[in-house]
Amino acid sequence: MTADVLVEVDDLRVWFPSGGGLRRRDGGRVRAVDGVSFEVRRGETLGLVGESGCGKSTTGLALLRLVEPTGGRVVFDGVDVTALGRRDLRRLRRRMAMVFQDPYASLNPRRSIGASVAEPLEVHGLHRGRRQRRARVGELLELVGLNPDLADRYPHEFSGGQRQRVGIARALAAEPDFIVCDEPIASLDVSIQAQILNLLERLQRELGLTYLFIAHDLSAVQHTSDRIAVMYLGRIVEVAPRQALAQQTPAHPYTRALLSAVPLPDPRRERARERIILRGEVPTPLHPPSGCNFRTRCPEVFEPCDRVDPALQPVGSSSHLAACHLHGVVGREEEPQTAG
Amino acid sequence: MTAPVLSVHDLTVAFATRRGTARVVNGVSYDVAAGETVAIVGESGSGKSVSSLALLGLLPQPPATVTGTVVFDGRDLLRVPREELRRVRGNGIAMVFQDPMTSLNPVLTIGRQLTEGMQTHLGLDDRAARERAAELLAQVGIPSPRRRLDDHPHQLSGGMRQRVMIAMALSCDPQVLIADEPTTALDVTTQAQIVDLVERLQAETGTAVVWITHDLGIVAGIADRVLVMYGGRVVEEAGVDALYDDPRHPYTLGLLGALPVLGADRPEQLVAIPGLPPDPVALPPGCPFHPRCPQRDDERCASQVPPLRQVASDDDGVAHRVAAFYDADPARLRRLDAEGLP
Repeated sequence: MTADVLVEVDDLRVWFPSGGGLRRRDGGRVRAVDGVSFEVRRGETLGLVGESGCGKSTTGLALLRLVEPTGGRVVFDGVDVTALGRRDLRRLRRRMAMVFQDPYASLNPRRSIGASVAEPLEVHGLHRGRRQRRARVGELLELVGLNPDLADRYPHEFSGGQRQRVGIARALAAEPDFIVCDEPIASLDVSIQAQILNLLERLQRELGLTYLFIAHDLSAVQHTSDRIAVMYLGRIVEVAPRQALAQQTPAHPYTRALLSAVPLPDPRRERARERIILRGEVPTPLHPPSGCNFRTRCPEVFEPCDRVDPALQPVGSSSHLAACHLHGVVGREEEPQTAG
Repeated sequence: MTAPVLSVHDLTVAFATRRGTARVVNGVSYDVAAGETVAIVGESGSGKSVSSLALLGLLPQPPATVTGTVVFDGRDLLRVPREELRRVRGNGIAMVFQDPMTSLNPVLTIGRQLTEGMQTHLGLDDRAARERAAELLAQVGIPSPRRRLDDHPHQLSGGMRQRVMIAMALSCDPQVLIADEPTTALDVTTQAQIVDLVERLQAETGTAVVWITHDLGIVAGIADRVLVMYGGRVVEEAGVDALYDDPRHPYTLGLLGALPVLGADRPEQLVAIPGLPPDPVALPPGCPFHPRCPQRDDERCASQVPPLRQVASDDDGVAHRVAAFYDADPARLRRLDAEGLP
């Protein structure tokens, strides 16, 4: 691992037992995250984009071990997170934080926002003493553009955008190096989304933060990220520098379809555009297809796709990876199966 | 332009709430012609959804109070008896909502829900209605439609459910389809499928479409004309090209600047409109946008409501109207605090 890599994820798997209650035994396993590898470099924003159910949020949670990985490794600044005991994990979590989609659901409605922001300080024993803690909370609120006098108010008194600022202040409380932002703007209005994106950018600049920015909105991901990883059905299908996507040269057919489906706020470009309409629906992660996960919907499907599980391989440059046989058949042989 | 199929004039909607009267829609007027797609764009609380619910009589009164006129097929829908309005909903004006799970009945089969309207509005018998229902499902791209008729909503994916809603809305050949954020809950690739579907069906049937959305990206792809709503008013109205080429209202300009655009080079910082949208219980006096407006100038902004006035018209004669005292100036917007802080 090179020095500029802060987080290294290697063959991460998160499988959930399927079907609750009595059927649990024979329900099989939902492969929410199924062999994901990537790295996040110090100071960068890595975007993780994909549609609902692709496993992007579960990946984010697994990095912090907020869900337990079924297999694989997560190495944070040289420390294997997946091997840590509870006490060491708690210590390490000081350096990793999370911002959630819906700050209304992640803030306790019965605690003042000041108390919520102070929570990580209590957990990690920082800024001990009432006065110091209060001062630190005030500082944090100011940092995210809120008036420190609002510390005694409750979440319901805030708008969605303000609540997200509170969520960010809480994430920053213990001075982390790394923040997983899980759909941080998805539930906000457009004019407020821009406020939050600009805030996250400024904080990154000022505090030297590293972000994993998880979102379904490719335009927002492309705006904020230095590199972008695209997920489909529990796998990463492409990792590209933002310019590669900006110039519309994705290497994986799924990324191409995803890009072509994103509406552009430009009527002329919209009319001129060829849209790739994908056939059918995402298969269930309970029984992913053999070979390539995407083959059941892929417009380019050909012979090896149902029997070779494609590995991520460099396309063009060493920084642009795609898992697709169009760039050479590389991967693990599997028993072909017809169902999808 | 051909005669409108639907003509809304000076529509207002107010709700009695514990905090006082919420003025959610404050004088909205627009026409929709056959085959035309009009997009109504706004953020939450702008009144875009409520205005469409009101014109179909779908708001309980009280607590709502609705005034204005909504002319459809020679009648004012706000003044016709309930029975007649019921006939209009369905084979006159149909509606598709954002969340197909809450608008479908979870305990009835897809077939039962699809045939009910056709039996009521078209007088079809069981067999004929079922036959037609299967045809409709095939038309909206649902595989093995006949089998799906016996499914319940939970057995379908979100995209499939929205297709069922569209099939249902189109089942009685409406003249106007009102689509209220029909793709907001869907993934982009599914959204592309649904947009494609509605465009295809519209080309076949000549239905007028009113598409309500917060997404200026979608609008660029589907609309002929666009209305931008803010604080319960139309603040700008134009043909789709004119709106994106030459936005005149500071709010429209702000919305466009706030959008990250796919394919842009190293992105410029986004424009963040400062502050929050107005509270309908305590609307600011004057222009509803003035407290957040970078263009705000004299006391007129804070005391008078700017009327919607025509500023241009495009090659097809579509009027460009704007409700602002001052034209939007991109340079001023850029000077705002990057995070929209006051």
